[in-house]
Amino acid sequence: MPIFDIDFETMPREGLEAIQLRRLQTTIHRVYATVPFYKKSFDAAGISPKDIQTLDDLKHLPFTTKQDLRDNYPYGMFAVPMEQVVRIHASSGTTGKPTVVGYTRRDVNTWADLMARSLSAAGAGSGDIIHNAFGYGLFTGGLGAHYGAERLGASVIPVSGGNTKRQITIMKDFKPTILCGTPSYILHLAEVADEMGVDFKDLSFTSGIFGAEPWTENMRAELEAKLHLKAVDIYGLSEIIGPGVSIECKEEQNGLHVFEDHFIVEIIDPDTGKKLPPGAEGELVFTSITKEAFPVIRYRTRDISSLNPTPCTCGRTHIRMTKPAGRTDDMLIIRGVNVFPSQIESVLMDTRETLPHYQLEVDRKDNLDTLTVKVEINEGLFSDDIKSLQTMENQIARDIKETLGVSARVMLVEPKAIQRSQGKAVRVIDKRTL
Amino acid sequence: MLAEQISIFIENKEGRLAEVTAILRDADVNIRALSLADTTDFGVLRLIVNNNDKAEAALRKEGFTVGRTKVLAVEVTDEPGGLNKVLDPLWMQNVNVEYMYAFANPQCKNAIMVFRFDDHKKALEILEERQIRVISAEEISSL
Repeated sequence: MPIFDIDFETMPREGLEAIQLRRLQTTIHRVYATVPFYKKSFDAAGISPKDIQTLDDLKHLPFTTKQDLRDNYPYGMFAVPMEQVVRIHASSGTTGKPTVVGYTRRDVNTWADLMARSLSAAGAGSGDIIHNAFGYGLFTGGLGAHYGAERLGASVIPVSGGNTKRQITIMKDFKPTILCGTPSYILHLAEVADEMGVDFKDLSFTSGIFGAEPWTENMRAELEAKLHLKAVDIYGLSEIIGPGVSIECKEEQNGLHVFEDHFIVEIIDPDTGKKLPPGAEGELVFTSITKEAFPVIRYRTRDISSLNPTPCTCGRTHIRMTKPAGRTDDMLIIRGVNVFPSQIESVLMDTRETLPHYQLEVDRKDNLDTLTVKVEINEGLFSDDIKSLQTMENQIARDIKETLGVSARVMLVEPKAIQRSQGKAVRVIDKRTL
Repeated sequence: MLAEQISIFIENKEGRLAEVTAILRDADVNIRALSLADTTDFGVLRLIVNNNDKAEAALRKEGFTVGRTKVLAVEVTDEPGGLNKVLDPLWMQNVNVEYMYAFANPQCKNAIMVFRFDDHKKALEILEERQIRVISAEEISSL
């Protein structure tokens, strides 16, 4: 399958690493000179930009965290004057202030290239019609995929999220061949299509590019079976650039190639901060080495993954990261199985129009972990028929078992029964005393 | 001819039912009939009241999820076989009861049964044919 940027994407490691080092050194010097935060943090760690002599020296630099970005809200981390910034995006800000990121004209260009590479890795070419159901707006998904599709020369339908029935009509009439969106929304879309009597078998999709939230291999199997396409995972976060930091290739669908000529990826132990060797599972850390407006040095993503340096059959030499399993700050281990609230959330989202409030309660009875999922009843879920409420409870429990591999007791509770907090929702109550 | 029932979701915990009925009392709503279907964790309380709008507003204000369902209120004579007079013609024509509950008609000796059928339209036709009295929403409010 064609590779969008054959020179850079298949570059031998030696050359690639030489480019990385040069770009890293330039970036480090630049942020030290232009962003007061980095000067302060490097000085505090006793590191000077000239100490970075090899790629391995990167590990001596301090991390940048989400909190650092918040402390410098809104523009404190920008490395160029506003005259050079042409675009602003922001994260959702679930815990108060969002994080704001900026792009110069060259950054927007770089991003479009990376998204064109990504679409191409998923099997798209200039002859394709791309149905882009990522949300347009402050969220980077919509515009990211849009610019990439145009860069690739494909035809993009900027449909954004929502208005599901109309989306299905568009799919029938416009015959798009590539589908982009968050996996939970796409599964919902598939369900609505089913209700409308539309079979994806009769549509024209060949590939789907899904991301912006962790999703499992089980979800891939479900998406591929329901939608009759090849589903690949795309990864990115606005702090790094947006979607297009890494992508699975259609050939292997096994790990996401990180575009290493633009980003240096590391895996660290989230507790000690120590850099881990390839293959070890830990927290993903990225350093951008070409960004102008918003460079980040050793940014802790809190996403859990591991790195696989084995050469890939697709021909790309860029390292692969495993599909992110979830986030460091909310992982639970229940009967030895890693469980992320986000996965439960996906299950709840999958079958329902709106996400109900939910809370996980973990306890230990007779040396066995128990998981109770409390789901608040709302207008959409309520029925005056006990049987259908019980069927719903059982269905959710079955979905959880199937997707996550753990048994859970699902319990419907009254509206507002789950305590609301001022900041981030408290999704987990762990009563185990270990 | 259909009457309307309101229903709410309540958790199965001590004192919860009394809290709900107190909300209705404070809103000056009179309960005509009620039934509670429950599991170990939760229940669905179904109510026939004299003022649905007032009851719904008061319950919503307290954060309850309130549903409204069309039901059939049927007069049943107070004698052996009274209920069968209603049920027999219905099941024989494949109309089935999803749930039912009863209350006494304060104006006479007869009982009023509240039914949720799987096919209300057909149930109404059959009852009309048999000249079985179906009580309207207005009548229930004014009982």
